[in-house]
Amino acid sequence: MTGLSSRRIRIDRLGALLGLAAIAAALWLPLLVYKASRIALGDARSLVDALPLSGSMTLMALLLAVAVIAILSADARVRLLAALLGVLGVACAIVVAADALVPAGNRVVRIAPGAGFWLLLLMLTLLATDALSRLRPGPGLRVLYLALAAGVVYLALSHSIFDNLSIMREYAANASSFGREARRHVLLALGSVCAAVLAGLPIGILCHRVPRVRGAVLETLNLIQTIPSIALFGVLMVPLGALATAVPFIGELGIHGIGAAPAVIALFLYALLPVVANTVVGLGRVSPQTVDAARGVGLTDRQILRQVEMPLALPVIVTGVRIVLVQSIGLVTVAALIGGGGLGTFVFQGVGQTAIDLVLLGAIPTVALAFASTVVLDALVEVMNRTSP
Amino acid sequence: MIQIEGLAKQYGTATVVADVSMSVERGSIAVIVGTSGSGKSTLLRMINRLVEPTRGRVLIDGRDTSTTPAYLLRRHIGYAIQGHGLFPHRTVAENIATVPTLLGWERARIAARVEELLRIFQLEPDEFAAKFPHQLSGGQQQRVGVARALAAEPPVLLMDEPFGALDPIIRSKAQDDLLDIQRRFGTTVVLVTHDMDEAFRLGGRVGVMSQGRLLQYDRPEVLLTHPADPFVARLTGTADRSLRLLSLTTAGEAAEPGAGDGPTIAAQASLREVLAVLLWSGKASATVQRADGTPAGHLTLAGILARGRAS
Repeated sequence: MTGLSSRRIRIDRLGALLGLAAIAAALWLPLLVYKASRIALGDARSLVDALPLSGSMTLMALLLAVAVIAILSADARVRLLAALLGVLGVACAIVVAADALVPAGNRVVRIAPGAGFWLLLLMLTLLATDALSRLRPGPGLRVLYLALAAGVVYLALSHSIFDNLSIMREYAANASSFGREARRHVLLALGSVCAAVLAGLPIGILCHRVPRVRGAVLETLNLIQTIPSIALFGVLMVPLGALATAVPFIGELGIHGIGAAPAVIALFLYALLPVVANTVVGLGRVSPQTVDAARGVGLTDRQILRQVEMPLALPVIVTGVRIVLVQSIGLVTVAALIGGGGLGTFVFQGVGQTAIDLVLLGAIPTVALAFASTVVLDALVEVMNRTSP
Repeated sequence: MIQIEGLAKQYGTATVVADVSMSVERGSIAVIVGTSGSGKSTLLRMINRLVEPTRGRVLIDGRDTSTTPAYLLRRHIGYAIQGHGLFPHRTVAENIATVPTLLGWERARIAARVEELLRIFQLEPDEFAAKFPHQLSGGQQQRVGVARALAAEPPVLLMDEPFGALDPIIRSKAQDDLLDIQRRFGTTVVLVTHDMDEAFRLGGRVGVMSQGRLLQYDRPEVLLTHPADPFVARLTGTADRSLRLLSLTTAGEAAEPGAGDGPTIAAQASLREVLAVLLWSGKASATVQRADGTPAGHLTLAGILARGRAS
């Protein structure tokens, strides 16, 4: 009795859930979908159908091992390694299967990753992030991990490893416009966020200094946030179009009812509330005693703002910028509807052509961009909080 | 020297400080004591114009403070508050260097001054200069706060309940340090507190404030023996005022020639402490000894008791 209870095995509940879900996905959901052409209906293939017997047995063994480690191991490093090996295994499996299914030189057949692939990838990355968060890496290390992951993905893509997959086929077809739209996407998101910070900081400072203004400003910005993005884009089209027609000079500057101008203005308006609200909260968090002491030893109002209030409010403000940047990266996708460009272009083209692979070509990089900016800005906030508690 | 002439502050119809006049001699400590809401902090904050007076004026060494821009005036008046008010994002050294930096001192001079102050306040520069305020104990934070206030060698130091957040033992030490430093630099100090013991211990003169009025402003023993107002009497405490009175005089000051037959007492001990020692030992007299070990005379029980009597 004593021997058994003292050496009792602890079961990791999250690990059990993720591990078993991964096994189930591998067993019963299609690993990939075989399509005779780009828009043909697909033929779902399970792991066993898609891979040669030795391959499917190896992958199942690997996934079982990962599941056992996820359920039983308490060592975060072992869990991380297992999850990453799992990701590697699944990636290899889909590449091997795709290469085997596509006849050499055939550019018509499409191999799309199936529900099983996506679910496996999701479960394994969740396991990996869970293990990573248990290791509690510092902010610098987290950015390094992000860079490593980006490097691995870049290497894999530049070596044409995934070229037989449908998404990469779509990329090959749109290679010339992809780079342009991706740059435009980043530019639209960053540009509107920068404008929102430039305008939002002074407005936030004003709201902090003059409490009477605060309520009105924050309520107005709140109201703007509640307008659906497509409606706001639409609302802006009319006056901007009229303005460009009435004043030709403005039209020559590139401001029209459709295109980048209404997109940037709408994104700017959405970004304003988090920036202003976080500036107000951040400044409000500064202890009145600290400000009193600063004034008492002879700092001017401007010196108090620059040397005391802003540095102390900065972590909260940057948290606001993080929210806004992620929000803008997502919203830029919608801007494609009014000719704003960006990765949303592929999403809407894909929807129009019922080509799901094209949708993913726009959606996956967008999610990756948002995720990367979250990691980087989170790390920045942590660094700032460390020096000023 | 600080001269306060007919100083008043009104917010709308509410009078916070009503027509206060007083003067503080150069190099002395004036303590303003009162209950919360008595206007004592507002009075203090009108000296460095953190609060602009409604009426009246303040002269420092003969100069009307309203003739200098407020922020420039404040750079030449030290200011220390309860809970220290240190800048949490700056190191101890950077905090202390605040005013010298504002005044445009050379870097070498600032560094030397910061190091000097850290040593005076018993904070080893190598250990403490690079620390952040949250890494210090309450007593250490308080010392850095006072060091920051004194960094640019201001002739005047204003302190608003500076020791209010400290526990009794550390507070007592901080009060001793303040007396030492005030003597060393010859700074004129105005200190606000609600603690009567602190007021009597530190103040060369003590002002009692209530409802915006300065009821009495005099030497501590006068406040005890001749309270000008029932409120002053109540605040200074009628029950134990004889003991408070004894605590204002040191053994060295009261000693008479000759040796005693009882315990030996240090010259800087207060008569209150001597009385307690005599009661405990059952002797009628004590020998007083200076810090260097030479005899300073003796004190008798009867002599001490006579000093605690209303005169």
